[in-house]
Amino acid sequence: MTARRDFLKQSGALVVSFALAPAAAAQGAKEGGPKLPGSLAKDPFLDAWIRVEASGAITVFTGKAELGQGIRTAILQVAAEELDVPLAGIALVTADTARTPDEGFTAGSHSLQDSGTAIRNAAAQVRALLVAEAARRWRLAPATLRVEDGSVRATDGRSAAYGELAASLDLHVQAKADAPLKDASAFRVMDRPVPRVDIPAKVTGGLAYVHDLRLPGMLHARVVRPPGYGARLVSLDAGAAERRAGVVKVVRDGSFVAVVAQREWTAIRAMQDLARGARWSETPALPDARKVAALLDSLPSRDTVILERRGAQPNAARTLEATYTRPYLAHASIGPSCAVAHLEGDRLTVWSHTQGVYPDRKAIAEMLGMPAEKVRVIHLEGAGCYGHNGADDAAADAALVATHVPGRPVRVQWMREQEHAWEPYGPAMLVRVRASLDERGRIAAWDYGVWSNTHSTRPGGAGSLLAGRHGAKAFEPPPPRAIPQPEGGGDRNAIPLYALANARVTSHFLAPMPVRVSALRSLGAHMNVFAIESFMDELALAADADPVAFRLAHLEDPRARDVVRAAAERFGWRSAARGGTGIGQGFAFARYKNLAAYCAIACEVEVDLDTGQPRIGRVVAAVDSGQVVNPDGLRNQIEGAIVQSASWTLYERVAFDAKRIRSVDWQTYPILRFASVPRSVDVHVIDRPGMPFLGSGEAGQGPAAAAIANAIAHGGGRRRRDLPIARA
Amino acid sequence: MSTRIEVNGTWRDAQSDADTPLLYVLRDELALNGAKYGCGLGQCGACTVLVDDAAVFSCVTPLAMVAGRRITTLEGLGTLERPGRVQRAFIEEQAAQCGFCIPGMILRAEALLRASPHPGEAEIREALHPNLCRCGTHVRILRAVRKAAGT
Repeated sequence: MTARRDFLKQSGALVVSFALAPAAAAQGAKEGGPKLPGSLAKDPFLDAWIRVEASGAITVFTGKAELGQGIRTAILQVAAEELDVPLAGIALVTADTARTPDEGFTAGSHSLQDSGTAIRNAAAQVRALLVAEAARRWRLAPATLRVEDGSVRATDGRSAAYGELAASLDLHVQAKADAPLKDASAFRVMDRPVPRVDIPAKVTGGLAYVHDLRLPGMLHARVVRPPGYGARLVSLDAGAAERRAGVVKVVRDGSFVAVVAQREWTAIRAMQDLARGARWSETPALPDARKVAALLDSLPSRDTVILERRGAQPNAARTLEATYTRPYLAHASIGPSCAVAHLEGDRLTVWSHTQGVYPDRKAIAEMLGMPAEKVRVIHLEGAGCYGHNGADDAAADAALVATHVPGRPVRVQWMREQEHAWEPYGPAMLVRVRASLDERGRIAAWDYGVWSNTHSTRPGGAGSLLAGRHGAKAFEPPPPRAIPQPEGGGDRNAIPLYALANARVTSHFLAPMPVRVSALRSLGAHMNVFAIESFMDELALAADADPVAFRLAHLEDPRARDVVRAAAERFGWRSAARGGTGIGQGFAFARYKNLAAYCAIACEVEVDLDTGQPRIGRVVAAVDSGQVVNPDGLRNQIEGAIVQSASWTLYERVAFDAKRIRSVDWQTYPILRFASVPRSVDVHVIDRPGMPFLGSGEAGQGPAAAAIANAIAHGGGRRRRDLPIARA
Repeated sequence: MSTRIEVNGTWRDAQSDADTPLLYVLRDELALNGAKYGCGLGQCGACTVLVDDAAVFSCVTPLAMVAGRRITTLEGLGTLERPGRVQRAFIEEQAAQCGFCIPGMILRAEALLRASPHPGEAEIREALHPNLCRCGTHVRILRAVRKAAGT
């Protein structure tokens, strides 16, 4: 915060007056009037989000980061729309502890809801202030003025550019909670399929990723990781590495070992030398990877009933029960994690593809024993992360190594096997569900339990970072915490959206983590929706009902009903389709977190009746994410969610033995390849002009998993309750 | 000792050791961003470049093996201002999410189209088989390659 204020003061385009510190101002907003929308509630000053230079240059600041989800473009659309300027006329600064607001993590499909909402409101208010300034100068009523391409114009022909007006305007003012926003019918930029601004550089070899950052005098480092979680370095013969031409330094700090070299390939060869010269003590401590239910049942559980609904005593005619499991899943980014760090005097700068520059800064500062304000973390894109992967750890590696080569920027990139073996996985999960049907074939009672580790071990403190744990100071990982409802972690989407008169849902939180875990895109929703929506099909079959009709019969939310009907209709759902023919149709639905986007998916799967192997044919999705900002970006996200979830669901499982992770590359951790890509994926967007943004980046994973499993069961394969379903 | 290679139409004398994988020569010595390190094992295709007209994994191709050969990276297909036909098709179809695998996909598609100007769907899928995408952009990638092929 202080750092950004300093920056703003130094560049001094606008007069800055300090009425209140932001925290106090936010507090005031909380106690007084209505809550400010989106992230304005945390950072209420307009100039934290938007600055207009006297030159006319406009800069928008977001604390969120581009992860390949297209947020850069969507934020620009929102700002351009409300400011009434061309999209190309705005510079966007993303997550940087020296420049942007602290918006925590770019996660949970929150970016448009939090940052998009804040910037939209701030932009509307900045525009209004600029118009008011012109009105003041010209002694005209603001309502008589219009804005065109960044200039305010009067009917008499007078006009003033934004920059000219901004020169005498103070934007260091608090946002209002209820500023008028542009009506959806007047949109020029929002709700239009604007091409992503980041794609041209990515397809022509521009500087697009932190991996591509080349600073003058930059060195290359590689880390030698222990062979397994509990391993400790017993001895290190660094001679061969140190003798290698081009090696600058071998770093040893407790069980943290790294080598710094002039060239990247030299660093890799020296890393191999070091690995050969290292002796480790290993303790066999890992459970049996293939027995998920037994593994999770063996861990002590803290139980919370998250839904208890007691209606009229049900008249149960039939009771069904089932158990579903999911193994540990890897984020498995295509590009292993990377970071660059540079210690200059007592100041450290880290370039990282972290999802949270502020939390990562705090953890790195703690690890190095530096004051947080001496550390700056700047987000640069990495390969898609899909949650908490090795990004923060690589940033910590680079930071720690940089302290050993002061004055020289140093780039650390993980090797493939390090990314696969050391990233925190999406937790293994277990679901047990029992439900009864009444004589009319309606669900009379529902009892559901989900067992899972935490779904976030993000920093946190220094103990959240591998370098912090392995270094001589050996920081302890902080105790795991459950993410509470209504968003939930392992119990995300464990509460069905269906109208159930009698229902209980229990979240069994498992604190001990034999395997390193954290947030994987959609957290528990992938598994919970897979289980709930598979079981809905099992119940529909028992009730002799069509799966889509059965869902609609239990669904009251009109927007939920709309996506279900739209997906079924666009797909050409055949309610009387006979099963067991080798071609099955499957359906599933969820509203992400029961708070964000609605998504229904129908798909067709061919099942080889001899081998049981599935092949996905057509997939049709319907999605309602409230007011749409970029319809093509939204479709891209849902398409990706479907294909990625197909890979998780059909093929993926982290493998380990008692000592080590054994899935360490694409051969031992196979994912979907082109031969298995669905024949077609068609995403239908239900637009809701004027409604709030509903996060969509993780809405498709759960429904896709269940729709595929349901289609396999319908086509004549077995009902599959344990993931993964197929062989890659 | 240096190794002469033609990179994107220009002859270069690479100074790296002869056993250095081509990927590091391109990225570290010649400062080209296009080819990406993905696995170093020839399993994912992020490092794909063309040697003459064939797609190869630059991460497992030693410099010595390409001495005197013609190498094409993403940068050799076009520029931001004048993207090549496959690059243009990827932009038009918005065929990227994080985009990290896309350079490899584009080079793989370029090799396919040089060998077979009008490939069918099965041929495209087979050609792209060595390359992995983790964001699930496959459907758009296929569309972009079909567009570049004019099929």
